[in-house]
Amino acid sequence: MGGSLNANHLMFLGYGALWTIGLSLIGLLGGGFAGFIIALCRISPSRIVRLLSAGYVQLIQGTPLLVIMFLTYFGLPALGVTVFPLTAAGASLTIFVSAYLGEIWRGCFESVPRPQWEAAEGLALSRSQRMMKVILPQAVRIATPPTVGFMVQIIKNTSLASVVGFVELARSGQIINNSLFEPFLIYTIIAVIYFALCYPLSRFSHRLETRGGPARLELETA
Amino acid sequence: MHKITRTDTASPVVGVSNVHKSFGALKVLDGVSFDVNRGEVLVLIGRSGSGKSTALRCIDRFETIDSGEIVVCGHRVSGPKLDLRALRQDVGIVFQSYNLFPHLTIEENITLAPCSVKGISKVQAKEQARRVLAQVGLEDKLHQYPEQLSGGQQQRAAIARSLAMQPKVMLFDEVTSALDPELTGEVLKVIEALAADGMTMVMVTHEMGFARGIANRVVFMHRGKIHETGPAAILTSPATPELAQFVGTGL
Repeated sequence: MGGSLNANHLMFLGYGALWTIGLSLIGLLGGGFAGFIIALCRISPSRIVRLLSAGYVQLIQGTPLLVIMFLTYFGLPALGVTVFPLTAAGASLTIFVSAYLGEIWRGCFESVPRPQWEAAEGLALSRSQRMMKVILPQAVRIATPPTVGFMVQIIKNTSLASVVGFVELARSGQIINNSLFEPFLIYTIIAVIYFALCYPLSRFSHRLETRGGPARLELETA
Repeated sequence: MHKITRTDTASPVVGVSNVHKSFGALKVLDGVSFDVNRGEVLVLIGRSGSGKSTALRCIDRFETIDSGEIVVCGHRVSGPKLDLRALRQDVGIVFQSYNLFPHLTIEENITLAPCSVKGISKVQAKEQARRVLAQVGLEDKLHQYPEQLSGGQQQRAAIARSLAMQPKVMLFDEVTSALDPELTGEVLKVIEALAADGMTMVMVTHEMGFARGIANRVVFMHRGKIHETGPAAILTSPATPELAQFVGTGL
């Protein structure tokens, strides 16, 4: 018991930080892919598809990520499905992120000025051609700052995976603290590492936003 | 310059008959009928809210109608089995706000639809882009982005983009309303050249002098109805007090 913080502890924390990054990437990629489909469904010409996807977004946004984690990790095994912590955490984050990115991106699609859609329609482009060649390239420009900003939320939310036994940064801190009993020191270190991961992204998002300002203005007047 | 093919029969290019349309309780089109024959230029005029822009947009089915019939280049626009993309290949539309795609160069703006819709080769499409740009006097702007062009140049590029689809009829929806007088002139010149070339056109405009010079027929709309129609001469000697008042303030 006890002892003091040494290189091994720091290695362990570093390892946890890597898993935090890994889990964030899983959430971003999985959630990004699913979120893109959600965003397309939200602006679908079919009313049913729009309603279903809106329902999904409302449902997920109205449920704490922690509860989604509990459901996948503890709920599914009760139904006879074996779930590893990584799978449970990855799947939960994907579900969670898809609802938020889907809604952010829907807004981005819709903020491409209406006349752009009409011009593309007037040129006889099909719906998918309009989407891929006219709307999407403009929406991506609008979507980049809020998407990078949301990545900060993803990174912080991976800490919830500790409750399903997934050893990421927060959980590895807990484990070390259990042997060292230096909560203030350990959790300060954890906080600093989270901050070091998130702050550059926040700054980057902010820079994209200020740089994107005039570009967006052009889109509106064009 | 591309030639207008004169393949067909005597039936009008655009036939609008007894069209009614309401936005909620507001009646915007109240029994509107007019025909546009091949090579003809029809100018729709009227106050804001008189229904002229709506009438124009119905032709390309940007608005649907409540009753009546619209037939354009053989497509029953008002029908349930309309092939929308086929209609829009035959109809070119130019908007007040140009609506060039800001992320594409002028050349890409022009080649996009011919390549993706008509499936012509990149090389052919680029050749054609040069041709239509020369037609509107912008051959040197091929590789620029819309934001690098003046409003008048953007509008001419938008016209070129429509021409590249080789439409059988062109619709112009107040295409000079966002431009100052000097830039308006350069856009109107392009449209005049198109008319001289035999392009069938329907346009909504507030430029009365221009309308007088170019129109084969003028349709004056008032409260959703065609209040007076006739040759361009009605602009100088109107029969109804409403048109007299309208051109009186406009000229």
